[in-house]
Amino acid sequence: MATARMTASAAPTPTGEIKAKKRLGDILFSGSTVTAGWIIVVVLAAVAIFLIAQSIPALIADPADIKGAPASFWAYVGPLVFGTLWAAVIALAIALPIAIGIALFISHYAPRRLAQGLGYLIDLLAAVPSVVFGLWGIKVLAPFVRPGYEWLATNLGWIPLFSGPVSGTGRTILTVAIVLAVMILPIITALCREVFLQTPRLHEEAALALGATRWEMIRTAVLPFGRPGIISASMLGLGRALGETMAVAMVLSPAAVISFVLLQSQNPTTIAANIALNFPEAAGVNVNVLIATGLVLFVITFAVNALARYAINRRKAFSGAN
Amino acid sequence: MKGNHLISKRSAGLIGLTLAGVLALSACAANETPAASDGDSDSTASASTLSGTISGSGSSAQGSAQEAWQAAFQTANPEVTINYDPAGSGAGRTAFIAGGVAWAGSDSALSDDELAGEFAACAPDSKAIDLPTYISPIAVIFNVEGVDELNLDPTTLASIFNGTITTWNDPAIAALNEGVTLPSATITAVHRSDDSGTTKNFTDYLGKTASDIWTEKAADAFPAAFGGEGAQGTSGVVDAVTNGSNAIGYADASKAGSLGTAKIKVGDEFVGYTAEAAAAVVNDSPLVEGRDANDLAIALDRKTTDPTHYPLVLVSYSIVCQTYADADAAALVKAYIGYITSADGQSAAADAAGSAPLSDDLSAKVAAALETVS
Repeated sequence: MATARMTASAAPTPTGEIKAKKRLGDILFSGSTVTAGWIIVVVLAAVAIFLIAQSIPALIADPADIKGAPASFWAYVGPLVFGTLWAAVIALAIALPIAIGIALFISHYAPRRLAQGLGYLIDLLAAVPSVVFGLWGIKVLAPFVRPGYEWLATNLGWIPLFSGPVSGTGRTILTVAIVLAVMILPIITALCREVFLQTPRLHEEAALALGATRWEMIRTAVLPFGRPGIISASMLGLGRALGETMAVAMVLSPAAVISFVLLQSQNPTTIAANIALNFPEAAGVNVNVLIATGLVLFVITFAVNALARYAINRRKAFSGAN
Repeated sequence: MKGNHLISKRSAGLIGLTLAGVLALSACAANETPAASDGDSDSTASASTLSGTISGSGSSAQGSAQEAWQAAFQTANPEVTINYDPAGSGAGRTAFIAGGVAWAGSDSALSDDELAGEFAACAPDSKAIDLPTYISPIAVIFNVEGVDELNLDPTTLASIFNGTITTWNDPAIAALNEGVTLPSATITAVHRSDDSGTTKNFTDYLGKTASDIWTEKAADAFPAAFGGEGAQGTSGVVDAVTNGSNAIGYADASKAGSLGTAKIKVGDEFVGYTAEAAAAVVNDSPLVEGRDANDLAIALDRKTTDPTHYPLVLVSYSIVCQTYADADAAALVKAYIGYITSADGQSAAADAAGSAPLSDDLSAKVAAALETVS
């Protein structure tokens, strides 16, 4: 297989007469890269097959056997899908502007030495395990933000998002979203920073030469150039937020509800956190139900990634990257 | 220069690894030496006769006690290996019925349906029996500004957790706590967000003692209909109550820490949890009727009116075969469960997990039932 590909790709070379001698190293190297490439496909297929096979009993099971006796499997998974997306979207809404701000500061405003130090700091944040973020969420953040939530509910309670009564412990979906935002901040920032640094010098200088201020230069040259990068960075961040398990399980006060309110005790939970909470004591068909929710998460993540690819490809032509 | 530096760093790492390995090995050896001498001094007979491996599975409430029991039992019987998988009570019973494990730990006794079926690990016509081996009182913990002591009766407790009483200065609470200044703050009632035997016993208590208010069936999951705040695990609940404002929750008593614990009304008095009171209610509760003579499934008397009782307890069982298909497994299970329910085993669990030791009376009953296992 590997050799077949090599000869196929070697054939159309224009010169033709000089045929590269195949050394052992070449064969080994190409063989190992092809194997590595295939492994990812095989692993993904294996995961998908496992999820589907294990999910089938849940889909055909009597809903009365499912924990909480919902009307159907879909009634069970519905609030979870909602919670997963809702928490991730709020997290992204919080993290994205901050990440872009930090990235622009590092790439275009900060003195070089400061920029480097700040870059390291952001990367360090990515190395903190999610359990630690979870602990921080319940021990520090939740008690800290609760008075703020009280204020929001009292003063902005007329907005349905902030309606009371406020959770007594502060472990609401907004707290979770803040924790998630901190967790996805490093990856979005790092990618945005790299993309902004790639902006062609000529574009920037042209903008400045036309009389643009630094902000106008960023708006007209850097941001349009970086847009596909920003999108793919946010999608990577969204992917992490969608799948985050430990921090959500630890921090959130969950309930099987679909609700947009941010400050109350009853919050929609996420698929991953729900699996983590319920798997240890699950038995019988409920194990399959949890795996089936995992399959749903798998599909959602795939859809998000596909959407991101589509968005990036669509805009690539205008980015100036080529 | 840089290369040298790197290499020296790497070799330093290697040396470190080797050292760690050597240390680990010698640590193992150091562990084993006293184990052998222990065996010689007090239980030569068991050390010489017992060998083999048995596996159990089930209740995660028993998890930390099982670890202590395993360590002590394996030290006394170096040839024996005990495995326990805290997979959950339901999973443990399923595995036991299917013959995958030699015994199951379970927060509830076998149901009549389960008893009607076959048990793969047992001899063909033999059934399984329930032996109570682990008692853990459940404390009602609270953190309310300016309140150090709190008395609650079952009806009030149920109303708090089902969301009908929402403020601390509610007349129902005030009537039980004369002389205590209760704030007008909203009550934050915290329950477990994961499935747990603690929740099942807590809701069972409320369902039995306040049946007109607490209408949901007792289950491992807190009833979704009643709302409230969820937190993960015992430590999560304790943490939520500690850091929350004016919060109340329930948790294994050993984990309550410095939080206030409410006294619950039993008969005409308010009773705080103690290991003795928890063991007493289990001791004085009747056995489930219609069971085999050796089956010690307990019908917990949640409605007890005896003020020496603390009825908010979790009882966890070891489920074993009356007659095993495999005689070797029978000998090991008998020895291990015998150790667990002995005074030594119970005090080891009390140290490790904060459980309430079985009363002498119940302990003797379990020993008698275990004697018939073969």
